[in-house]
Amino acid sequence: MTMWVEGFLVILILTNLWLLGSSRLLSCIAAVSVQGVLLGILPLVIRIDAPLGRLLLQAGVSLALKGIIFPLLMLRAVRSVDARREMEPLVGYSTSLLIGVLLLAVSLYTGLRLPAPAEAAPRLLVPAALFTALTGLFVIVGRRSAIVQAMAYLAMENGIAAFGMALAEQEPLLVEMGTLLDAFVAVFVMGITIFHINREFDHIDSRKLSSLKDTPQ
Amino acid sequence: MNQVLVSALQLGISLFLAPLVPGVINRVKAIMAGRRGQPLFQAYFDLAKLFSKGSVYSRTTTWVFRLGPSLGCAAALTALALLPWGAAGGLLSFEGDLILFAGLFGLMRFLTILAALDTGSAFEGMGASREAWFSALAEPALLLGLASLACTAQSLSLAQILSGPGIGGGRGAAVLLAAGAVFIVFLSENARIPVDDPNTHLELTMIHEVMVLDHSGVDFGYIQYGSFLKLWALGGLLVGILRPKTGLWAADLAAGLGGMLCVGIATGLVESLIARLRLARVPQLLVAAVAMSALALALSLVR
Repeated sequence: MTMWVEGFLVILILTNLWLLGSSRLLSCIAAVSVQGVLLGILPLVIRIDAPLGRLLLQAGVSLALKGIIFPLLMLRAVRSVDARREMEPLVGYSTSLLIGVLLLAVSLYTGLRLPAPAEAAPRLLVPAALFTALTGLFVIVGRRSAIVQAMAYLAMENGIAAFGMALAEQEPLLVEMGTLLDAFVAVFVMGITIFHINREFDHIDSRKLSSLKDTPQ
Repeated sequence: MNQVLVSALQLGISLFLAPLVPGVINRVKAIMAGRRGQPLFQAYFDLAKLFSKGSVYSRTTTWVFRLGPSLGCAAALTALALLPWGAAGGLLSFEGDLILFAGLFGLMRFLTILAALDTGSAFEGMGASREAWFSALAEPALLLGLASLACTAQSLSLAQILSGPGIGGGRGAAVLLAAGAVFIVFLSENARIPVDDPNTHLELTMIHEVMVLDHSGVDFGYIQYGSFLKLWALGGLLVGILRPKTGLWAADLAAGLGGMLCVGIATGLVESLIARLRLARVPQLLVAAVAMSALALALSLVR
């Protein structure tokens, strides 16, 4: 059983590296969607100490939202704003991957030294969660396109959700559903915002947003 | 004594069968493309032809150029002698030989690059530069992958590392990741398709082929045979990581040879199904391999 859990977590880590190294918008969306599916299934694999019905409900909702609905929303956004299919990185892909390795080392170092929140949680869970969140953060900083930043936000949320899984014994269902709803609204709003920004300014390059501020004449 | 005999037998089989792998790869590619393809033993015919020819040397070249091919071939041969095939270890085996194993390929590359630069041709210099660039990225991936395996096996000798439990053990994920990284290194180091196209003669895209254009006859035969041995040695490393362990040398050898056949088929499939990467994208693939190796190392260090 532990081998399966470890395999899942390693794939989760690999999707982060995929997100860092992919140069295509669509493959980036695919990476985050795979991540969502993995996170949906993970509670069932780890066997958190909770009623089965609750676990199934949680897994089903999170899988449907993160694995299917969010990526579809993002694909729709990509189509509607006619975004460029490349990622327009500020930091190159190879450099991103190397930074990813550094982030992995950092999250392994810290994650293994944090006191384990739940007894049953596998050892790799906290480092993998930290790494996912850090990767999301880095991609938000390192890419220009607003759509990619939205995807990275989702990856970050995935990381936080995985972290929550380590604490899941104490976390009530209501909170879990609440965060999912929040994420849903956030992605929805982001999609609309990206669309409006694109309609007003003909691009979704977040670097240029700062030029919107009032400049002294 | 028996062990040494078995190791020597395995080395002999390897030396004899090494040119067969490119034949298998080409046959798989031909079948995938719906062609009949060249004979399975084409590499043997080529070698026989090359070794019966004389060499032609440019007047601008020096002894470096003449020495490069044979020394490179010797380095590959030594690396092959280090590689264990299961229960009976390699012919040469000692603690820490994995560093030498990686280092010998570095030496081979160094000699090839030196010989290429010795011709004074700008074209060969370009190839040498590309080869150095990509191998500088492939080497950390190989070394980190080996380090991860060494960490899992708690030993620094290839014989111990490759006779460990493998993917069946408690650290299957790390071993699989390391194997993936080694496979990318295998493709890149042997000038296989996502990195370099062994068939192309287009100067814009050539990497390895460029550097050996000025060699002829026996020297070119050495280079060809050296590259077959390199293919066999790195493929053998990959097979050694993944193959099931039996403990009997004959069964291990059979598993190893079967594994080499699988490596050849897998390479042929990769070459048929994947397009060659743009030159600027190759480092990205290799950095991804480094990242995989680093992850494998981290996983085997945890716990």
